[in-house]
Amino acid sequence: MHRFANPARFLRLAKVILPWSNAVAALCLGAGLYFALLGSPADYQQGESVRIMYVHVPSAWMGMFCYVAMAVFSAMALIWKHPLADLLAKATAPVGAAFTFLCLLTGSLWGKPMWGTWWAWDARLTSMLILLFLYFGYMALVNAFDDPERGHKAAAILALVGAVNVPVIKWSVDWWNTLHQPASVVKMGGPAIDSSMLVPLLLMAVGFKAYWISILILRGRAEIAAQKVRIIRMAQIHAAAQGE
Amino acid sequence: MESFQAMLHMGGYGGYVWPAYGVGIAVLVLVLALSLSSARKAEAELEVLQQTRRARRGKDSESQE
Repeated sequence: MHRFANPARFLRLAKVILPWSNAVAALCLGAGLYFALLGSPADYQQGESVRIMYVHVPSAWMGMFCYVAMAVFSAMALIWKHPLADLLAKATAPVGAAFTFLCLLTGSLWGKPMWGTWWAWDARLTSMLILLFLYFGYMALVNAFDDPERGHKAAAILALVGAVNVPVIKWSVDWWNTLHQPASVVKMGGPAIDSSMLVPLLLMAVGFKAYWISILILRGRAEIAAQKVRIIRMAQIHAAAQGE
Repeated sequence: MESFQAMLHMGGYGGYVWPAYGVGIAVLVLVLALSLSSARKAEAELEVLQQTRRARRGKDSESQE
């Protein structure tokens, strides 16, 4: 019964949290979209194209945040054999991949009018593309084995090895002379950005986090149910074999 | 109506700004829909299995009495 102890607690907690995370996501993303598209000024240099920032930057944060979360869950699964950690790492991967894809796509849409190119093999852009491939690799590996335990273990190791890419992304704009601008929000001495632009940025960032929590709960529930189905099926096969 | 036109035009960047938001919303809705359907499907399957197991156990205990 030890196997069910933690998932049962997760399911109880999930039931309480889900309506709240849904509400925070809807409110923050609704308000964030309003301020991003209507309630914030155009940039004096970039004009209206600056509005892409409110999708691009929070997506980039989420792409990295989800990867760190996935690596932490994977470490917990490998070290303490926590029965839920594997499931949560697996549940986070598609969310992280979605945000990383959005970051690259919106970056491309922003890069064309501002830099004059859809894509450049710049350190920041390239390391972000590697992040997307790490997510794809994780998702392929975790489902590649008939025995889910083996898939979880192999994918957890990939997640941990790939974590080296996260600091490379973060500091790529400082280590290399790149086309991409350096950080202007998360930096020493406070954000160098006006509050009229910071408000929609943070609303979107909080909304994306709440969205991640909701998806984590839904996918976690699916994984737990699928695991229980597998256990019952195995028991049935076992009982049938003994009955013969 | 003019402001709606201006909104679509986005100071000449409409062709870049709107696809960014459009694809963003589409991707998030897609991930949400897939997650919701996978949770519903797995929980429904578990429910069916648990019901048949309960029914069988009920029958077993009746025949033992």
